[in-house]
Order: sequence, then structure tokens, then C-alpha cells
Amino acid sequence: MSIIDRKDQSAFSLWWKSGNPMIWINAGAVSISLIMVFGLLGLIAARGGGHFWPKEILSIEYKQADGSVSSSVGEWIDTDVISKIRYEESTGEILPENMRDVERWMIKVGNRDQSGADFQWISKFQIQKITRPEQVVAVERTEWGTLFGELKSLSEKGVPVKADGDLWAEFELRLDRTIELRDAIRSLEKKEIGRVNYQLEKLRLERRGLELDKNDTPENLKEIALKEAEQQKIYKVIQDKLASLNHQIERDKASFEIVNAGQLKIVELPLSVIVGAIKPNLMSSTEKLGEYFVNLYHFMVDDPREANTEGGIFPAIFGTIMMVLLMTVMVTPFGVIAAVYLREYATQGPMIRMIRIAVNNLAGVPSIVYGVFGLGFFVYFLGGNIDDLFFSAAKPAPTLGTPGIMWAALTLAIMTVPVVIVSTEEGLTRIPRSIREGSLALGATRFETLRKVILPMASPSIMTGVILAIARAAGEVAPLMLVGVVKLAPDLPMDGNFPFVHLERKFMHLGFHIYDVGFQSPNVEVARPLVYATSFLLVLVIIFLNLAVILMRNRLRERYRAMEN
Amino acid sequence: MSPKATLDIPAETAAIPEGENIKIEVRDLNLFYSEKQALHDVNMDVPEKKVTAFIGPSGCGKSTLLRCFNRMNDLVDGVRMEGSICLSGQDIFAPAVDVAELRRQVGMVFQKPNPFPKSIYENVAYGLRLQGLNKRHILDERVEWALKSAAIWDEVKDRLDDNAMGLSGGQQQRLVIARAIAIKPEVLLLDEPASALDPISTLKIEELIYELKSDYTILIVTHNMQQAARVSDYTAFMYMGDLVEFGSTDRLFTNPKEKQTEDYITGRYG
Repeated sequence: MSIIDRKDQSAFSLWWKSGNPMIWINAGAVSISLIMVFGLLGLIAARGGGHFWPKEILSIEYKQADGSVSSSVGEWIDTDVISKIRYEESTGEILPENMRDVERWMIKVGNRDQSGADFQWISKFQIQKITRPEQVVAVERTEWGTLFGELKSLSEKGVPVKADGDLWAEFELRLDRTIELRDAIRSLEKKEIGRVNYQLEKLRLERRGLELDKNDTPENLKEIALKEAEQQKIYKVIQDKLASLNHQIERDKASFEIVNAGQLKIVELPLSVIVGAIKPNLMSSTEKLGEYFVNLYHFMVDDPREANTEGGIFPAIFGTIMMVLLMTVMVTPFGVIAAVYLREYATQGPMIRMIRIAVNNLAGVPSIVYGVFGLGFFVYFLGGNIDDLFFSAAKPAPTLGTPGIMWAALTLAIMTVPVVIVSTEEGLTRIPRSIREGSLALGATRFETLRKVILPMASPSIMTGVILAIARAAGEVAPLMLVGVVKLAPDLPMDGNFPFVHLERKFMHLGFHIYDVGFQSPNVEVARPLVYATSFLLVLVIIFLNLAVILMRNRLRERYRAMEN
Repeated sequence: MSPKATLDIPAETAAIPEGENIKIEVRDLNLFYSEKQALHDVNMDVPEKKVTAFIGPSGCGKSTLLRCFNRMNDLVDGVRMEGSICLSGQDIFAPAVDVAELRRQVGMVFQKPNPFPKSIYENVAYGLRLQGLNKRHILDERVEWALKSAAIWDEVKDRLDDNAMGLSGGQQQRLVIARAIAIKPEVLLLDEPASALDPISTLKIEELIYELKSDYTILIVTHNMQQAARVSDYTAFMYMGDLVEFGSTDRLFTNPKEKQTEDYITGRYG
């Protein structure tokens, strides 16, 4: 057989040997991965992002089963096709023989306080006319969801306001005033009263502490009583201010004409319950874009309302980032110190090998198990004992003996410490022996060598460990439910009251928020877009945290690129 | 002829060179890596401010012996030593000896250049900073002096803050020598300092060794016999853990007393 003559081999065999199929398989795998990642991000971004776009409001006239004509006003949400049989069973109507499937529109009609439901299904074949009334307003309220209706009149302290033709401008003016007042009230309630309450609680604990220490002399008690009286005085002032603001905010009312079960009806709303109002059918695309970003902004910076189905998710974003940062601060020194011992100081032998295997296996323990451990050990045992020793004044209410952000961060730190140990060890092993000897030969002790040469050189690997730890911790939900995450936290774990960081507080988390909104909320249909939007934000937060650390690592790599040769 | 018989070297061969001050005395030095014995009863006196070269085939124990002088072997697990090494009359294996202090007096340069991934300046200042020297002008002075002594000042004076990893291999090795002499050691151990370098860099290093011997006692391990002949005053020939012959370089290369030495320097084995 000559070297050119390969007739004895089939074309397929030659093709296979050439390696081309392998290249195709590899490229295919990479493409599929990319498509999956971008598909996932694209889906949640589109589904979540669409929620904030101001939709046009339709007025739909349709024929009911009994032949009468009714109408509804609302936003189109979804279209869905069901079989004729299912339709007939659920409605009891008999459809003509030649119809096979029924296309239904899901319309968000709002006005939950009037009709009892946010949504209405209208079958397409029944629709007779669709119009887009220009004057219809979408009113976002603090409770009962959205209201769709036309603004008819305004009143101030029960007296109708005469607007010279432009009722809407007048309404917007008065709404701005109301929103300002509401912000002032919220700030008073949250910050000022919060501060007074915080001080009063501290004084109560102080008094209880004195009693427990048998130190409750009349002088001491008098001092506390004086301070308390002072706080009460401040409280009184704030109360008066609040009462006046509350009186002012109730001044204006607006009447809207709404469509309820096909009938026109006038509803009067105090402006104090209105969060925002727009006329989407009159808005241009640029105005809608502006409104879109305003909505997005509010979603990111506002507190949640109505059992988390409305409003923003700021506390969840804040809680997630703070918990992850706390965890990073805990896990990094811990993991690095452990890795340094394992690699630099311990005599390498079967014992160390076993410890290393055990550490690596810890990374495979299901996260919920860490949650159970955190609850049993950190919260009940450690926290409980710390409470007995240092916070006995607050008992029986627990201070640290209850789930909180510190225990959550610590639990996740325990969960992620194996990855930090493993990657730090890897970095330490990669440092050439000659570098260590070079330092030692100059009269450095082992510790000096470690501190001045080895650890700086291993820092990029340490950062890799931190990146992996953050990636794992930020997405974790299950263990957090046991050790500190709640559906709604009244206060952020960081505020203006000394000592500013309150590690014992419970917190909100994006991952849990998704679960809560998606599965535990009373109004799942309303909340569904929020699930997507929150998911997208969670991904963004993780990307942001990771990027920050990756940038840091790249800078360190640039500095210590000795390992390359 | 059994190899065992030829390896039985009388201690007298490790003669004390006459008319020299003795810097290091090695007495009955045995070294074991766990079970395996790497050095057999080594006895030798190293003269002060001279260059002493160690030659011999690979694995003969010359690097191991060199690493005894600054106790670098302490870092290897399972090493056991017997005998004594005295530096200026002081036993360096005595329990009271501070190893870090010993290594300040006995500097070492390794086979491969091993600068730290820091700036050129910080590499040289490293040993000084370890000693608590932090005053900028004193450091500046000593760094400049060390770099000049190592004949690399002119090449790096304009880029002292650049990363040392950006230098060429030969420059890196001279930088490492500068780093070692910056802390003013008494003895300088060079473990095949030119084996990883090109001929021109090797020449520079050799010239440097010649310059340095007026201030330092230099011990150099080399594979290259011509190099040993060029740079050293005294040469020790080692074979399989034994110090076979030790004497002035001229004498050892022209008139070796031992058959093994003759065989090695004439290239009959290696």
C-alpha cells in the first residue's frame, strides 16, 4: 500500500480520523451553552422588563352568553387557546358545531375593590368592538392594585375644585403635592420615630439590665426615667407634626368614572392613596420610554407593598448584597488561614490528606443541611448562649438567639469555605520552591516569607476562591430560609441608629423574594412579571459582585505575574 | 576493582591550604535523606575571601554540601545530619543558632534566577527591610551600592520601579546576586549560578565573581570544569557523596593526586 493510496479505507473512516467531527461536536457544545445562557437571560429580561412598559388601555365591547352586550376596560396581558370541550364545560355554553378551539384574551381590568378580581377572560369570538379611549387613566394605588377610569372631578375638603378646562393638569399638580407630603410622612415614621423607638428600647434594656445586676438604685432609675421623658417629649413633637401632615394629605379627592360589570360608576378616591397616574393612550413612545425608566427606578429603590406584589424590591437587593459582602469578609480570612496551615505548616501525611478530602467533600453537602446546622448550632446554641451571657436584659425576647443576617452570612461562609481553601491551596502549590528559598536565604523567617512573598503571590488564586464563593452564596436560598431571611423585614440591617450595622436583624433576599412572590403571594397573576424582573435583578447583582472581584483579581495577576515563567 | 575500594578516601586528602585564613571548617559531615546517605564524612577547610569551587558529576552531593552552609537542607523533610560546620569558629548546628541570622551572614544564589515579582528596587531592598531598615535614603544608598557591586546598575538605574520579572535571565541572575550582597553577607554560596544563562551572561557573572572575591568568601558549585578553572582559587572534587580531592585549583587541574579526579577532569567519566 502506497502512502497516497488509501482506497482500503471508507470515506467515513477517513472523515472520522481527520478530526473534523470532533471539532463540530466541540463547537456545537459551545454554541448550545451560549444559546442557553443568552436565551435564559433574554427570556427573564423580556418577561420581567415588559412589566414596566406602560401598556395601552383597551375598551372592549363583547357579547355575553345570554346575548346582552357588556364592556370592559383594561390592558391586554395574554392570549391563550383552549379546546371547545373545556370551554363548554367551564362556562356551560354550547358553541356552534363548526368551532373547534376558543381563543381567549386575558385582560387586566383592575378595580379589584369593585369587582373582586384583577383579571377577566374574554373570548375573542365574542368581542364586537375594541376602542382606545384617550382620556382613560391608569391609577396606581397604595392598596387594591390599579384603577382604570376617566377623571371626572376634583374636590378640596369636600368642595369641588373649578379647574379652568384642564382638570388633568390640576390633578397632576395636586398629586405632586400629595406625594411630597407622603414622602415627608414616611420619612418621619421611618427615621424620626424609628430613632425614638430605638432609644426607648435601649433605655428599657438598660433599666432591665440594672435590675438584673441588682444595681437599680433610685439615682440610676431616675436618670433613665429622665432620658425616657426626654424621648417621650421628642416623640410628642413628631406625633403632632405627623398629625398635621396626615390632616393635610387628606385634603384632596378625585372622582373617576369606571366601568364595572359593563356599568358606568363614579368612584371617589382620596389623593393620599394614589401612587401615580398616567394616561397611557395619550403617551408618545418617548414618553412611554421615560415612564418605563421611572417605573424601573421605582422598582429598584422602593419598598414592597401589598404582600410584596407591588412596589419595589430595594430591601431585598440591599439584603442580598450586604449578606454576600458579610459572608465574603468572614470566609476569606478563614479559608486562607486554613489553607496556609494545610499547605505551609502541616507535615504532609495521611492525616492531612484525609483532612483535605474531608474539606473537599464539604463542598458537596447539600446547602439545606448547612441551613439546619446553622439553625441548630449558630442560632440556638451560640446565639442562645450569647444572649444568656450578654443580652439577658432583653430576655425572653432573643437578640442573637434568633435568625439574623450575621448567622445567615456565617452559615454561607461555612458552606463556601471549602472552595476558598481549595483554590488558595492550589495557588500556594503553584508558587515555585525557588521563590521561597530565595526569601529564606535572605534571612527571612517562614512567617516573613509567607507574609511578604507567598501570600501576595497567591492572592489571585485567593480571589478566584472568593469569586466561586460569591457565585455559590449569592444564589443560595434554601439555607437562608432557616437562618435569617424573611418575607418582609421592617428595617434594613443598616441604618442611621448607632451602631449603624445591625447584624442581629432579619433581612430580605432576592432569591427568597422570587420564591415568595411567585408561590406564596395572594395574587399570583399580578406578581408573575415581578418574578421575572426580580430574577433578572438577582442575576445582575451576582454579575455585578463577581465582576468587582474579577477586576480585583486581574489587577493582582498583573502585579504578580511571576508564576507565568 | 570494586567501586567501594576506590571510594574509601583518606581524610588527609582534604588538606588545609597553607597560608590562608580559614572561614569555614567542615568536620566529619554526614548527611542522610531518610535512609539514603548523601554525604560521607566530609572534612574540609574553606579559606576566607577566596573562591572555592565544587565540581563533580550530577548527584555527587556538591549542591547538598553547599546547602549545608546556610542550613537550607533544614527545609527538606527527613534530612538528618551528623558532624559539624564552623563558621568563623562557631558551630552553625548549635541549638542556640538563629537560622535567619546565619542566612544573613551566608547569602545564597540559586541555579535559576528567582527574583520576587516585585520592582527591581524592592527586590534588592527586601533583605534590608527584613532587618528593619526602612529609611528611604539609607535604602536608596544600599540598593545603588548593591546594584553597582553586581554590575547591573547601568542597565537598570532608569527603571528601578519596573517589575523584576521583565529583566532578561542574565540580568535577573545579577539582580539576585545584588539582592544577596545588599545585606552584606560574609559568605556567598553560588549554586550553579550560570548554568541557565547564555555565554555572554555567563561571562559577566564570572567577571562579577572575580570582582566580589576581594570582599566575600565565595563557594561555587559548577558543572562546568572550565568555569571552575577560570574563576576559582581552590577546587573540591566530589564523587558519590565523598570529597575525593581538595586543593588549589592550579594544582588540582594540572596534577591531580587521585585517579578519580584525573579521570573526571580528563573527561573519562561524568
